[in-house]
Amino acid sequence: MDATGEVLAFWALAALTLVAASGVIVSRNLLHAVLFLITSFLGVAGFFVLLSAPFLAMAQIIIYVGAIAVLVLFAVLLTPRAGRDNSETSMFLPATALSIALFAIIAFVVYDTEWRVVTEVPQELTVRDLGNALLTTWVLPFQAASVLLTAALIGAIMLARSPAEEEEDRER
Amino acid sequence: MTIGLEEFLIVGSLLFCMGLLIALSKRNAIGVLIGVEVMLNAVNLTLLSFARFTESAQPIAGHTFVVFVITVAAAEVAVALALAILIYRNRETVDVDQFTLLRS
Repeated sequence: MDATGEVLAFWALAALTLVAASGVIVSRNLLHAVLFLITSFLGVAGFFVLLSAPFLAMAQIIIYVGAIAVLVLFAVLLTPRAGRDNSETSMFLPATALSIALFAIIAFVVYDTEWRVVTEVPQELTVRDLGNALLTTWVLPFQAASVLLTAALIGAIMLARSPAEEEEDRER
Repeated sequence: MTIGLEEFLIVGSLLFCMGLLIALSKRNAIGVLIGVEVMLNAVNLTLLSFARFTESAQPIAGHTFVVFVITVAAAEVAVALALAILIYRNRETVDVDQFTLLRS
């Protein structure tokens, strides 16, 4: 992509996403870290639009920003005495070294590999295509994902019940 | 200047490495989960970049994989946060350094 708008949008989104992600690392308050996380999710949704996947961008906003981030916020609010501390353990320096080393390796691989890049812009994939693919070629993983979601839902409810509710169930 | 596959991959890998750093170094268990979410986002970005830029017999495959990654991420975060709340209820802390139940 070489249109001026696309190039500008790419660099703006890259700056937004990466600055927000580093905000998660440096902010001392866990609530601020979650707000930075939401900003980073929105930046990635912008990238999805740029990569001609508008449906997935909407799904990203609804699921990550609307559901996952709110769930994380609730978990922060439900653990009040643990504090809002977002500091690092003593493993911060080794972890930094490991991350930088991993990034160096990935960057080397990215620039060293001859990617078979398409020259023309591929045709737009619609929601209809995605739905067709999900319910024909990938119908088995689709079903497995629904079973996984049900199991996770039941598991989360069972785990997070309060002792008082468990007592009530036992008496019934 | 043109934006190609390499630029998207570099942004994706930077985001992934930041997520790895968060997941490995945060003291708060919820902070560790935030790191995992950032890493999953970076993977989604990389998958869609490959789907958009490289030759493929089935370009929809990358998009489908992203749908599954988002689904599994939602399931994972629900169970993990329930676990964090459960541990908080028993130990009054979500500090990963204090999670030494298996050591004694």
